[in-house]
Amino acid sequence: MSGVRVLVGTRKGAFVLTSDGKRASWDVSGPHFAGWEIYHVKGSPADQERLYASQSTGWFGQLIQRSDDGGTTWTPVDNQFTYDGVPGTHQWYDGTPHPWEFARVWHLEPSLTDPDTVYAGVEDAALFRSVDGGQSWQELAGLRGHGSGPSWQPGAGGMCLHTIILDPVDPGRMFVAISAAGAFRTDDAGKNWRAVNRGLRSEGIPEETAEVGHCVHRIAMHPSRPEVLFMQKHWDVMRSDDAGESWHEVSGNLPTDFGFPIEVHAHEPDTVYVVPIKSDSEHYPPDGKLRVYRSRTGGDEWEALTNGLPQRDCYVNVLRDAMAVDALDSCGVYFGTTGGQVYVSADAGDSWAPIVRDLPAVLSVEVQTLP
Amino acid sequence: MIRVVLPAHLRTLAHVDGEVELEVEGQATQRAALDALEACYPVLRGTIRDPVTQQRRAMVRLFACERDLSHEQPDAPLPDAVAMGTEPLLVVGAMAGG
Repeated sequence: MSGVRVLVGTRKGAFVLTSDGKRASWDVSGPHFAGWEIYHVKGSPADQERLYASQSTGWFGQLIQRSDDGGTTWTPVDNQFTYDGVPGTHQWYDGTPHPWEFARVWHLEPSLTDPDTVYAGVEDAALFRSVDGGQSWQELAGLRGHGSGPSWQPGAGGMCLHTIILDPVDPGRMFVAISAAGAFRTDDAGKNWRAVNRGLRSEGIPEETAEVGHCVHRIAMHPSRPEVLFMQKHWDVMRSDDAGESWHEVSGNLPTDFGFPIEVHAHEPDTVYVVPIKSDSEHYPPDGKLRVYRSRTGGDEWEALTNGLPQRDCYVNVLRDAMAVDALDSCGVYFGTTGGQVYVSADAGDSWAPIVRDLPAVLSVEVQTLP
Repeated sequence: MIRVVLPAHLRTLAHVDGEVELEVEGQATQRAALDALEACYPVLRGTIRDPVTQQRRAMVRLFACERDLSHEQPDAPLPDAVAMGTEPLLVVGAMAGG
């Protein structure tokens, strides 16, 4: 029987949650890397046993760990992320130039076809690639070399490259998102990049429709329709039907359009999930009710999913990398909270149950669908 | 021979228990001791010093002989007791966080 493996990164370690296809009974393994912040763990689509994990602390810096047995054992690989050439400067919070300084890896995106190729999105914002299973990293410097690079500014959480989307049809195309610069696209495997933020409007920046400066929180794509993108921006849920060339708002009837994660159903390209959060100054669900919102129409029309989720006194957040879907026939949806819960829905969001309730604050959730 | 005491997280990473003993060629300095440590335990590269700038990480301190050596120059000699192995060099994670 097929099953799932859920990879959870938390403030104090990683956890691996496994279940069969029913997704009702779970085994919990961990903490791996106990005491370390695990920003992200993700498996290779080309080899389900190959996992990569970003491990860091404020004390001892960044490590990258690799597993070749599905998370049972781990090996540290290269942790040196050196900006290409003279790093130059970006803008600091006060508007002064600030040298690019590596802080941590926010997101690891394994290649769709090669287990040894993996991309790393880092803070200060840059994109790195390894083609040897993490043994060495090289910056794809064309991104930071985009003419707007010196004007990028950090968001409150730092200037992080947190989203990497690989186009399953066009191997030369990928998308990244940076807080608070915006979305960028390459069509030549990372050599050249351009901002793809037309249609975004952000009230918190001097020019609301500027080419860059938007605080994009997350972008999602369905592999069957790679030209369609969904975006959770700081405020606003957005959609693009032309690979980012232009965006339009699809917040519709959401109770608030602030939030962090956004995901697409594994089998229904127009079914989208978000978790509305009250505001940028109050990072918890409105009214103390934890509600996932689902659109079956590609946005604009949203329904609250509450069955099994706390509907009173709930003041957790769901971070940008902390939602995922599996590819079983009945699509499973997963998310983790800053309160340490990981919830699963085995029926595409109709009903939810906690897998675990008391982990450290959850930073990321990914899921692998096992044969 | 120099003795180095690592904090718990780094002992776990390096798969060592207790003190680490290192042979340091030439004068015993912080740089020489950390170079020798990283040569013996490559997994520790970047955890005590930034791998690019070689600057000590802000929340890592170096103590020995009841002194804080964190702000000494990297090439300054370590205390004789450390150089002779009668006292350990302590790598300490700052008290911080939750």
